[in-house]
Amino acid sequence: MFNNFFHKMASPKYFYRISGRLIPWLAIAFVLVTLAGLYYGLVKAPPDYQQGDSYRIMFIHVPAAWMSMFVYVVMATAGAIGLIWRIKLAEVVAISSASIGAWFTFLALVTGSIWGKPMWGTWWVWDARLTSELILLFLYLGVIALYNAIDDKRTAARAVAILALVGVINIPIIHYSVEWWNTLHQGPTVTKLDKPSIHLSMLIPLLLMAVSFKLYYAFVVLMRARCEVLERERHTGWVRELAETK
Amino acid sequence: MTSDSLTRAFALLLKRDLVLAVRHRAEMINPLLFFVLVTSLFPLGIGADPKLLQAVGPGVIWVAALLAALLSLEGIFRSDFEDGTLEQFLLSSHPVSVLVLAKVLAHWLITGLPLLVISPLLGVLLGLPGDAIIILLVTLALGTPVLSLIGAVGVALTVGLRKGGMILSLLVLPLYVPLLIFAASAVDTAAAGLPVTAHLSLISALLVLALSLSPLATAAALRISLS
Amino acid sequence: MSLNEFFNMGGYAFYVWTSYGIALLVLLINVILPLRQRKKLLGDIARAARRARRDTT
Repeated sequence: MFNNFFHKMASPKYFYRISGRLIPWLAIAFVLVTLAGLYYGLVKAPPDYQQGDSYRIMFIHVPAAWMSMFVYVVMATAGAIGLIWRIKLAEVVAISSASIGAWFTFLALVTGSIWGKPMWGTWWVWDARLTSELILLFLYLGVIALYNAIDDKRTAARAVAILALVGVINIPIIHYSVEWWNTLHQGPTVTKLDKPSIHLSMLIPLLLMAVSFKLYYAFVVLMRARCEVLERERHTGWVRELAETK
Repeated sequence: MTSDSLTRAFALLLKRDLVLAVRHRAEMINPLLFFVLVTSLFPLGIGADPKLLQAVGPGVIWVAALLAALLSLEGIFRSDFEDGTLEQFLLSSHPVSVLVLAKVLAHWLITGLPLLVISPLLGVLLGLPGDAIIILLVTLALGTPVLSLIGAVGVALTVGLRKGGMILSLLVLPLYVPLLIFAASAVDTAAAGLPVTAHLSLISALLVLALSLSPLATAAALRISLS
Repeated sequence: MSLNEFFNMGGYAFYVWTSYGIALLVLLINVILPLRQRKKLLGDIARAARRARRDTT
C-alpha cells in the first residue's frame, strides 16, 4: 500500500525537479540562437530584390506558422499517449501545448497580415496559407474552450485528447481543401508569401529562427506543465512542502 | 454475442429513435424551417439581382444547411443523456460504435433527409439552373450524413456540459470547412456547365472517412463524458 | 550600413518593426503568464497548508 502510493507520486515530483533544472538551460539556448538568428536575419541578409526589406517579416512569420502545425501534432500525440497508456504527464503536456500553439497561430496570422499590407495593399487577403491558419486558430480555441468548460480536469484532459486527434486527422484535409479552393477563386493578387526561391543568406536566419522557436516552445511548455502538475498535485505532501519552503 | 443480435439491436434502436421523432415533430420541423428561413433572408440582405443570387446560391444553401444541422445536433444524445439511456448503452454488451451509428443514422433520417427534400425549392428560389439543382441534391445526399457523423463526436464531447451549445459550434464548424468547400464548389461548377465527378468523389471520400472513424471517436468521447 | 538605414528597413520600418514588436510581446506574455501562475499557486498552497495545520492544532 505505502509502496504503491509512493510509486504513483514519484513521477510528477521527479518531473517537476528535472524540468526545473532543464528550463534555464533551454532558455539560455533560446536567447543565444535567437540573437544569432536576428543578427543574420536583420543585419547580414541582403534586401530581397522584389520585396525590399519587408520580406524580413518572414523570419518570424514562417517559423510561427511551422510551430502552429508542429505544436498541434505534439498536442495530439501527447493526448493519444495519455489516452492509451493513461500517462498523466502526457495529458499535462497536451493541454499545456494548446494555448502556446494558439499563440503561435495568432502570431503567424498577425505577421502574415502585416506582411500582406505592403505586398498586397490590404491587411487581409483570403490567401491559402492565411486561411488555413485562421481555421487552425479556431481548432485551437475549440480545444481550449472544451478544456475550460469541463470541471473535472482529468476528464477534460481526456476529452481534449479526443478532440485533438479528430483535429489532427482533419488538418491535412482542411489544408488541402483550402488550397484547392484558393486556386479556384484565385483573385488578381498572386501570393508572394509562398516559397520564394530562397538564397542561402536568407535560409540560414530562417532555420535559426525555426530552431529558436522550437527551443522557446520546449521551455515554455515545461513551465506551463509544471504549473499544471502543481495544480493537480496540490494536496500531496511534496507540493505542500515545496510551497512552504518558498 | 452473435452478429444477428447486433443487427437486431441496431434495428431496434433505429426504430425507437424514429418513433420518438415522430412523437416530437417540432424537433424535426424546426431545423427545416430554419434552413428555409436563413436561405430566404439572403435575397433580402444582398438584393434580388438574379445573377448575384445565382453566384452566391450554392454557398448560401450549403452554409444554411451547416447551420441547420448544427441546430439539430444536440438532439442526437441530449434526451438519452438526461434520462440515463446513454449509460445503458455503454453497459450493453454490443459495441458502442455500432449503437452510435444507429443513432446517427436515425438523426440523419430525421433532420438530414428533410433538408434534402426541400432543397430543390431553395435552389429554384435562388435561380439555380436545373443541372445545378440535381448536383445540389447529390452533394446534400452525400454531405448531410457527414455533418451528422462529425457532429456526433462534438455532441458526445459536450453532452454533459451546461453551456454545451456554444462550445459545440466552436468544435464542429471548423471541421465542416472541407465539406463546405467541396460541396459548394461542386454546385457552382455544375451551374457553369462543367463536370463535377472530381468534387463528388472527394465528398464521397469524406463520407467514407467519417463513416469509418467518427463512430469510434464518438464512442470513446461518450465513455469519457459519462465517466 | 548606418544605424539609421538599419532602423529605416528600406522604407518598410513600420511593418517590419511592428511584426517583430508583436512577436516579442507574444513571446514575453507566454513566459510571464506561467511564472505568475506558479507564484500564485505556490502562495495559495502554502496558505492552505498553514490554515490546515492551525485548524488541527
